[in-house]
Amino acid sequence: MQPEVMEIRQHLSRFAPFDVLSDELLDTVADSVDAAYFKAGSDILTRDAPVTELYYIRSGAVDIFRRSGALHNRLEEGDIFGHFSLLRNHRAHFPAKAMEDTLLYLIPEALFERLCAEDEQFADFVELDQPRLKSVVEKHAGDARMMTTRVRKLITRPPVLVDATLSVQDAAQQITDAHASAALVLAEPDDNPRHTILAEDGQTRRLLGIVTDSDFRRSVVAEGRACDTPIGEIVAEHAFTVQSDEILQDAMLAMLRNNVKHMPVLHRRRPIGILHLSDIVRHQTHTGLYLADRIFSQPNAEALAKLLPDVRESFVRMVEEGANAEMMGAALSTIGRSFTRRLLELAEAELGPPPVPYAFMALGSMARNEQTIVTDQDNALVLDDDFDPTQHDDYFLALARRVSDGLAACGYTYCTGGIMATNPRWRQPLATWKKYFQDWLDNPTPERLLHSSIFFDLDAVCGEDAFVAQLQDLIASGAPRSPRFLAAMARNASNRTPPLGFFRNFVMEKDGKKNNTINVKRRGTAPMVDLIRVHALACGSTAQNSYDRLNDIAQTDLLPSGVSERIRYALEFISMVRIRHQAIALQRDQPPGNSVQPENISSAERHNLKDAFQLLSDAQKFLQFRYPIPAGRR
Amino acid sequence: MTTQGSAGEDWATYLASRQQAAKDPRLQAFFQAFTARPGMTLEEAPLIALDVETTGLDPRRHSIISIGVVPFDLDRIRFSQRRQWLLKPRFPLESHSVTLHHITHADLAHAPDLDEVLEDLLQAMAGRLPVVHYRSIERRFLESAIRFRLGESLVFPVIDTMALEARFHRQPLSARIRRWLGGGQLSLRLQDCRARYGLPGYSPHHAVIDALATAELLQAQVAARLGRNARVGELWC
Repeated sequence: MQPEVMEIRQHLSRFAPFDVLSDELLDTVADSVDAAYFKAGSDILTRDAPVTELYYIRSGAVDIFRRSGALHNRLEEGDIFGHFSLLRNHRAHFPAKAMEDTLLYLIPEALFERLCAEDEQFADFVELDQPRLKSVVEKHAGDARMMTTRVRKLITRPPVLVDATLSVQDAAQQITDAHASAALVLAEPDDNPRHTILAEDGQTRRLLGIVTDSDFRRSVVAEGRACDTPIGEIVAEHAFTVQSDEILQDAMLAMLRNNVKHMPVLHRRRPIGILHLSDIVRHQTHTGLYLADRIFSQPNAEALAKLLPDVRESFVRMVEEGANAEMMGAALSTIGRSFTRRLLELAEAELGPPPVPYAFMALGSMARNEQTIVTDQDNALVLDDDFDPTQHDDYFLALARRVSDGLAACGYTYCTGGIMATNPRWRQPLATWKKYFQDWLDNPTPERLLHSSIFFDLDAVCGEDAFVAQLQDLIASGAPRSPRFLAAMARNASNRTPPLGFFRNFVMEKDGKKNNTINVKRRGTAPMVDLIRVHALACGSTAQNSYDRLNDIAQTDLLPSGVSERIRYALEFISMVRIRHQAIALQRDQPPGNSVQPENISSAERHNLKDAFQLLSDAQKFLQFRYPIPAGRR
Repeated sequence: MTTQGSAGEDWATYLASRQQAAKDPRLQAFFQAFTARPGMTLEEAPLIALDVETTGLDPRRHSIISIGVVPFDLDRIRFSQRRQWLLKPRFPLESHSVTLHHITHADLAHAPDLDEVLEDLLQAMAGRLPVVHYRSIERRFLESAIRFRLGESLVFPVIDTMALEARFHRQPLSARIRRWLGGGQLSLRLQDCRARYGLPGYSPHHAVIDALATAELLQAQVAARLGRNARVGELWC
């Protein structure tokens, strides 16, 4: 490369999507740029102007406007524009204006096309926002713990080693004594180095194969063999082995491919354990289950509260191991439900059995299985219709208080809106709950429903599941038939809007204002969840989880084809940003929250977040259009 | 040169005379292709940024070691069509200049003499009005090097972004008194001029990057101060 283009190459190499290019392609870009200067306030592209190159901002800032004249985006050093037009009709769709004095590098179209053809990541970046998000989310999913955890992590003890000449009875005895379910069978070494291993004593042996519990059933008992049959006779030869530093994912694939459930694990030539397929499955769900197990063994509410550090630690660990937002939400909701159930068990143990049946109902994020580490409690009691307030309410109030106080001690702060079972309004028999929901469905206005949307994410945590299922059914059958209800919900779902994106260390608002911080829940995940809920209600889905709801929505024609997929990726991405930043806060011993400072958001994250915000904004507009307020009925 | 700093018509006269009088065919072709006229607007004029890197400031003791050119107009700087030549110095390199230009003795050992690349250089510049930052260096070194080799002179009008900048900042008496009383002096170095227009810092002393930097500066000066209809005759010097 010519040294003089280093200047340009170095700058390009710091910014997406050029940062991923091969050296050769990057050299070609640096070699091929032209330049142009624009004074602050001057037009770079007027509407429908021909576009024949990709624009790269070397210095300054550029505003991109919508056709309406509203600010669409504010771009800064290292950003690109014009790619949208290059991929389509070569006309400027959105006018561009220099916001500051700006120096642009111009990358010719032919080279742009070559970059798209030769570099997949570059193509993903410049193509429609959504595929880009999709690839990021999928890439992240690919990075999940299966991809990074090594086999050795699952090995907890050395393998049982038996000699091929040992009788099946003695071998079975050794396996039983070791509380194992399989053993490695060794024989004298032969010429094939593939099966040569180093035994404990440093001697060279041959790994004949692996013998498992089922082999004793199949090859000994079922075939009526004698107890003194040498174990070497029943072992299937050619044991597949796996090295301890291999990736779990690869090991699992190898087991599936070879149709085996056990594999000897070697460190170089030394056998260090046996990997069971079930270990892998358990590992994937380990964290949540393990904590749930501990929660149910705590003797009182105080002991439960002491688990808070463990909950936080496992949250951070899951994030580090690459769990996605859906997995995180499910795991944390499982933990939250376990706390609730255990508190109910403890309360019932003290207060006696309930006088009438009840369902303890979760609302909001717990009902959706989308909890994070920062969550308040939203719950209610649905009581049997035989409930008599004068006789029974003292019991249920006491029950509700114990759960609510216990949850608060475990880190689930009280609901500031009073949506808790301790509130008499939300501690009612099933018939009253049905009236509540029927009233919301029949007499909806955006104002009346403003604080009710949380009730439309509901699930039973404990007790009579059927009570809550009846309410879910009532909503699912009533909502699609009430355009006014859907319109009111749609209206409220657009109250909280996303920002435009980021500019340097600021959050850019649509009106051009700048903020120093962004609440990614209020401006991102919550409105996304809100709009998914409206579509789910419209299609009569009883699903509560946003991703499940999107599956149901995708079965209908409520949304244009492919849109529910895009919403899924956007929700997943924003959720992960929120979760990652919470994990970072916990690692730094800071209280986790929902606010993120732009300077803590990486350049790639910014681009993707901006795309997700844009998608949310478009989806909100579509919502208004899809569920209009019926004429003359306001 | 008596024409230096004088009005546009003097340059027109000079150019006409050189078209007739130049003896070397390469110079002859260059002057005949020199189409810039005093009445042209900047918008109409094909331009070429030119930068010469030298081993020092004195043409009698120092040499040109590289020349970079970048053709451009007011809309587009054609960096992709840049040319750069490394040249074997006429006088031995002094070690401090080696570090200054990122050019080593080895780079120059096999570099051609200016005479060998002159045709290429003048063809690249043909029909374009040169733009430089601080014309004295380019003019004196090219003049000296060409006179040494061909026995005739190569002098041509240029737009000097430094001279333009000095013109924009011609200061009122009060400011001059303030400066005289110890205030800072306005820097006319290429980087400092660029910074006033929001242009980024480039690492200096690559001829072709300095040429790019100069082209960008002129575009900025035109956008901010001169306007696209400024006449060549008012600007060249």
